[in-house]
Amino acid sequence: MFLTTIVLAIREIRRHLLRSFLTILGIVIGVAAVVTMVTLGNGATAAVQKQISSLGANILQIRPGQGFGRGGGGPQAPDFDMADVEAIQEQVAGVKAVAPQAQASGVAVRNAANWSTTVNGTTSAFFTAQQWTLSGGRIFTPAEEQAGKAVCIIGSTVQQNLFRGEQAVGERFRIRDVSCEVIGTLTARGQGAGADQDDTVIMPIKAVQRRFSGNRNIRNIMVAVDDSYESASVQSAIQALLRERRKITGAKQDDFNIFDTAQISETLQGSTRIMTAVMGAVAAVSLLVGGIGIMNIMLVSVTERTREIGIRLAIGAVAREVLLQFLVEAVVLASLGGLIGLLLALVATILLAPVIQVPFLFDPRINLIAFAFSAAIGIVFGYFPARRAASLNPIDALRHE
Amino acid sequence: MASEPIIALRGVTKTFGSGPAAFQALKGIDLDVAESDFVAVMGASGSGKSTTMNILGCLDVPTAGSYRFKGVQVERLDRDQRALLRRRYLGFVFQGFNLLARTDALENVELPLLYRGEEKAARRTAAMAALAKVGLADWWDHTPAELSGGQQQRVAIARALVTNPDVLLADEPTGNLDSTTSLEIMDLLTGLNRDLGITILMVTHEPSMAAFARTLVHFKDGLVEKVEEGVAA
Repeated sequence: MFLTTIVLAIREIRRHLLRSFLTILGIVIGVAAVVTMVTLGNGATAAVQKQISSLGANILQIRPGQGFGRGGGGPQAPDFDMADVEAIQEQVAGVKAVAPQAQASGVAVRNAANWSTTVNGTTSAFFTAQQWTLSGGRIFTPAEEQAGKAVCIIGSTVQQNLFRGEQAVGERFRIRDVSCEVIGTLTARGQGAGADQDDTVIMPIKAVQRRFSGNRNIRNIMVAVDDSYESASVQSAIQALLRERRKITGAKQDDFNIFDTAQISETLQGSTRIMTAVMGAVAAVSLLVGGIGIMNIMLVSVTERTREIGIRLAIGAVAREVLLQFLVEAVVLASLGGLIGLLLALVATILLAPVIQVPFLFDPRINLIAFAFSAAIGIVFGYFPARRAASLNPIDALRHE
Repeated sequence: MASEPIIALRGVTKTFGSGPAAFQALKGIDLDVAESDFVAVMGASGSGKSTTMNILGCLDVPTAGSYRFKGVQVERLDRDQRALLRRRYLGFVFQGFNLLARTDALENVELPLLYRGEEKAARRTAAMAALAKVGLADWWDHTPAELSGGQQQRVAIARALVTNPDVLLADEPTGNLDSTTSLEIMDLLTGLNRDLGITILMVTHEPSMAAFARTLVHFKDGLVEKVEEGVAA
């Protein structure tokens, strides 16, 4: 009997194709909106997660000054030097690798090709801290580091623009007026924290200090924390050490900042989650409106089909069967709307994901939930009109014009 | 009459509304209908014939009195039980045909079988057979809009017949039809009564249609005025 009712419902929907479509439009849009929002939101969360992890896990970035810049007002905070790096390496427990960084920018030239990029002066500890592997060649030897030799390891973006697919290791190119030999190439990493991580040339720090910046300053120290240590305790140990070395006493504020990538990851993930939830909630409201749309049309349909209901009752349909018919009609309609909404969401997310630069992550759970929810909306909002139909008096219903 | 009548009304009254606005449509009806009879119910509008038909069709219950249908006290049944009684034993033909719009003849005729839970193949066979009985086998895939009034009424009769009912209740079946078509419909009903032994109760106000019936029941002011038996052959 239940099957028969479904057949009846489908017949009825087929008979009023346009009206049925308009009825479910609200559900279609609601489901599509919810699923699109949540899917893209999940993609955004995953993208943020990936970017954060590509910065290196459990890394503390130490910079002079407060905040992200060098600190406004007051005397400028001095850069670090190699002695600070060595002190952290030797005196702080739980430090896996300490990589100093000195940066310069310049145009790299090879034959007719040129490319504006950033030169990163550091030590071999950088590769350990970043967990960055090479796609070819080798990293610096201690001798090269010590001597500040003009050797370099290039990122894949630089490699592409200077060498265009040719063998790079062993070749030479010029950056500013320094000629340097390529000894290694980095594995491609892609976008990270809003910048192309592969657009870099890595040289021994002494080479950069001597040939580019002309001083021994270190702009940035990167500390990789041993996994068995709490990054917070390592952070405070480094803070205490640097305060001492920089002669900051009492209540005086630090003139440097230590930035924990784990923190930014948590913050960013938290905010994308909230965004997803808010957008999902807005979309859910439209789903609710869609449900009210179904109830509206079903009520109109009951009035319009009063005579038909009278015929069915006269022929011998019991109240329960009429109720079931209208309820099933509402549920079939709503589920159909849900299904179309899911398809629409699939198309929308596949099309939109590349545009807003997040990965497309198909989440079967949200699809199932949205579908079940649309069917439930059919039951909830279909029940009232169905009960109204079932409680009609056959004589009055037959007389209805 | 030898056997028990299929329909027996005793002291049936029906009052609509309550208090001072109450209106008594039936004031105490006694009526017996024998199995396989063809009864024409006549009377002016407001005489109570439609109310009586509704009660006979188990669509309504009397305010007082008893209605015995095939030995069952109908007034004691609830709404759904009466629906099951209609489904099992009764067929309805209305003045306005009351077919489902945008639904072809076959589906219209199948409808009562659907509620009986018949299989699709059985439904189809029975519905086609019923359409053949009313001479519309070739028109099964036409919707009411594509059929003439007479054809629509035939489809309605086929729908009433498809369950092999014991009693066919026809409320002015020819009221919306011209005289030639009306005669065809009456021929059809007479044939069903004669060949299949279906008990027919028909409301009409046209004496020419009532002439097809075997028994005439005249209503007046909520009472049975007179019963003429054996008027037609």
